[in-house]
Amino acid sequence: MFSETVFTPLFLPELTLLVSAVVVILLDLFVKRKWWLAAVSIAGIVVSAGFAIAMWGGDSQSIFFGMMAVDNFAIFFKLLFLVIAALVILASTDYVAKFARFQGEYYALVLLSALGMMLMAATTELISIYIALELTSISLYILVGFLKDPKSTEASLKYLLLGAVASAILLFGMALVFGFTGQTQLGEIAAAIQSLSLSGVVSSPGLMLGIVLMIAGFGFKIAAVPFHMWVPDVYEGAPTPVTAYLSVASKAAGFAVILRVFYSAFGIPSWLSLDWMLIFAILAAVGMTVGNIIALTQTNIKRMLGYSSIAQAGYLMVGLAAVSFLWESSYRGTVTGQGGLLFFLASYALTNLGAFTAIIAISNKLDSDLIADYSGMGKRAPLLALALTLCLISLIGMPPAAGFMAKFYIFSGAVQQGLLWLVIIAVINSVISAYYYLRVVKVMWLGKPASATRVPSSIALRVALAISCLGVLVLGIIPGFVMKLAEMAAQMFVS
Amino acid sequence: MDFNYLTWIIFLPALGALIIAFLPRLSPRGVRWLAAVFTFIPLALSIYLFTIFDRSAEMAGVMQFEESLSWIPAIGANYHLGVDGLSLPLMILMAFLGFLVVLISWKIDLRPREYFAWLLLLETSILGVFCSLDLLLFFLFWEIEVIPMYFLISIWGTGRKEYSAIKYVIYTLFGSAMMLAGILSLYFTTGSLNMVEIAQGGLGMIQTAMPAAAIFFLLLTGFAVKLPVFPLHSWLPDAHTDAPTAVSVVLAGALLKMGGYGMIRLCVSIFPGVAHDYALPLIILAVISILYGAAVTLRQTDLKRLIAYSSISHMGYVLLGVFALGQLSLTGAALQMFSHGVITGLLFAMAGLVMHNAGERDLRKLGGLARQMPIIVVVFSVAGVASLGLPTTSGFIAEFLVFVGSFSSGVVPGIQVATILGVLGIVITAGYILWMLQRVFYGPPLKQFDKVKDASVLDRVYMFAFIAVIMLVGIYPAILTDVIKMGISPIVGLLGG
Repeated sequence: MFSETVFTPLFLPELTLLVSAVVVILLDLFVKRKWWLAAVSIAGIVVSAGFAIAMWGGDSQSIFFGMMAVDNFAIFFKLLFLVIAALVILASTDYVAKFARFQGEYYALVLLSALGMMLMAATTELISIYIALELTSISLYILVGFLKDPKSTEASLKYLLLGAVASAILLFGMALVFGFTGQTQLGEIAAAIQSLSLSGVVSSPGLMLGIVLMIAGFGFKIAAVPFHMWVPDVYEGAPTPVTAYLSVASKAAGFAVILRVFYSAFGIPSWLSLDWMLIFAILAAVGMTVGNIIALTQTNIKRMLGYSSIAQAGYLMVGLAAVSFLWESSYRGTVTGQGGLLFFLASYALTNLGAFTAIIAISNKLDSDLIADYSGMGKRAPLLALALTLCLISLIGMPPAAGFMAKFYIFSGAVQQGLLWLVIIAVINSVISAYYYLRVVKVMWLGKPASATRVPSSIALRVALAISCLGVLVLGIIPGFVMKLAEMAAQMFVS
Repeated sequence: MDFNYLTWIIFLPALGALIIAFLPRLSPRGVRWLAAVFTFIPLALSIYLFTIFDRSAEMAGVMQFEESLSWIPAIGANYHLGVDGLSLPLMILMAFLGFLVVLISWKIDLRPREYFAWLLLLETSILGVFCSLDLLLFFLFWEIEVIPMYFLISIWGTGRKEYSAIKYVIYTLFGSAMMLAGILSLYFTTGSLNMVEIAQGGLGMIQTAMPAAAIFFLLLTGFAVKLPVFPLHSWLPDAHTDAPTAVSVVLAGALLKMGGYGMIRLCVSIFPGVAHDYALPLIILAVISILYGAAVTLRQTDLKRLIAYSSISHMGYVLLGVFALGQLSLTGAALQMFSHGVITGLLFAMAGLVMHNAGERDLRKLGGLARQMPIIVVVFSVAGVASLGLPTTSGFIAEFLVFVGSFSSGVVPGIQVATILGVLGIVITAGYILWMLQRVFYGPPLKQFDKVKDASVLDRVYMFAFIAVIMLVGIYPAILTDVIKMGISPIVGLLGG
């Protein structure tokens, strides 16, 4: 009986990843050809994904005494993180080969942070959530500082310090929530809150403060304005593959945990979810606007994509605000809102990874991240430039790329919830964003090449780029399948 | 209907674009011929569709050559195509211009592969707009058009091309952002993305408290940017002036019509009541567009800019015809869209030819070219008088229908005044067209233009095609109005007239 609860096959995806991380570190001591490390990491991810796929579609289950849920929602995110980790590893091989030491640690840390994210999506208990979040964050702090040059070190330190503050705030918020409900299990917190009368909750502002502090703590993870200050510096200083990883995986994990916590614990009663819906709606409006407007003036492409990711977090929060309303509205049967959020995350992940992969290839050759240096890239590396163009178009949200469908889907959920004002702010923001994304396109295709030398790229990187771009096109033209998966995963909220 | 005509018509150019873009070692000559083939077949197919289009009365308002496939079940979007009397002429117009602009671009030798690939993609997206019956598909095609346009203007344009290109993109995206909000609201309030279904269901399908007028204006903003309607027009002169000739032809010829088409198809058919309520301000805007556009045109000294501004004025007639909301005026508006597409297409082609051959586009420096360009002067003049609406040209019958229709419509009191003001626009048009012709072609021959050549054989081919269509529609308008009526009459039925 005891052994059954400690070891359960439902934990196999996470376990596989943990084992492969350890194997990679050990293998690093023995093998001379370091590409083995990447190969083993990918193999571990594939096996882990295999286990996760095998669990898809089953009923929701709970393991480890209710600390973790194994449901479609968690599995959707697990697969998303695994795909991201695999693409990041493929795109890293060139970049990492430049390091003299610690290649094994690099891959292992990528795997460990992926493990942390998978746990973030699955845990249903405040303390476990916190631990999963820390596992992710600490791995990422190290990865950001991996270059050991002044910029990278500064980025790492900044990320660590601000991240620690955010964690403290989050923990404080959790403590307050625990204090007022006496529970750490999300489901039991919800029950405790429902048992309070309206006046009981209102007369205990500590609970509300706890919720707000938790929003702030998670807001740091997803780079929501005003918790975004770390983004540009960290994005600029970190090794580019790590920037890619941060910008998609860490953000997706943040959204996963927000969805889980806020819907499971604070979804009912409806006036409570209306409260934080409004917070998210306002954060969304501010985030989109601030991110896009500051991005307009950036000259470094990594910083620009940093601000762009702040803006994208704003679009994602439109989805967040849209779902929260479902408890109230009569449209509970239709779950476009959450499905939209998950679909947006998937398409954003592929798009941003594609863009960063192209940037990795180009900056490997150029040793520069200045947009001006991308001049004439359309002649020097037509396929890379084409791929980057596609991804930037997708970030604007124009067809035939994934970003278009994602926006259509997430905004349609928001309109259904009566958030037309927010949708109008969002669509105007996409117009603003077109300006700076197209500036890069313009430089690449209209500028004069600085030299005639071609830009080389390794096969692994090309594979990663091809997968991302193909994914962007598939999600943009025939998104039906992934939308269906997203809707199935989002069923969690209506059951 | 076993053969998917519309799919082939829409996607053949895109297929051609892919072949051109990704087939290595294609010579510029091969690229041109491929482009010509992949635009000629859609033209031939669409003319064939025009001949077999069922014109019987019971088919009025019924979509023909329909295709429908489930596309994204999660949000109920379908790959749904079809044409009726309103969209068929516009589809043919685009297919016609699509083929001719390949001929017009024959001399392009800067990066020809990319150029023709983008040009063909542009054709696909515009054809798609006219044939889509699903809102999401419609919007998708509507948006795709921006990207080829951006590249075509910014790489192959002249003057401040990058500024004009980004201005075009920002304006268009702003318009389509509003449209997206409108489409989402429409989708939410009716629960459907099927344009035909929503139009038939009418306002009855709108289930919630969201005001219909809000959705109407969100959609209208998108179309008004495209048409363009004063005061959202300022992208047009820049984009037209700096675009390469062939792109100006498509832009003025077919792209602007997406705006007018959208207004009739979505704004008027779905919200006849709202359209009726707000007809007055829109008619006033139409009159402003007509007179302001014409007055500004008079002041232009750049050949292409002049023609560009004249489009604003001519599209004002479309707006006037649409929101006069009568059978005649709507028919006139639809015909005006087709007619203006051909006429302005020819005007831009001729302006491009003059610029190409004489190397000059400033009206103050041109002059006396009639001697060197005997053919071009005739064709340019025919296009000019068609533009000012001389009988036997399509311009006459279209504008005549708009004026008669709006004068007699009575949708708002005092529309007669608006109509008369609109007619004044014609007078100004006559002024600037004749003045332009005079300044380019007449006057003393200038020495620097002595060696300037006339139209080549290839040029004569497309000139003839343009003029043939202008005259055909001018002399026998029923060939089009019979078809347009099929699309208009059910809309008029909705308007209760």
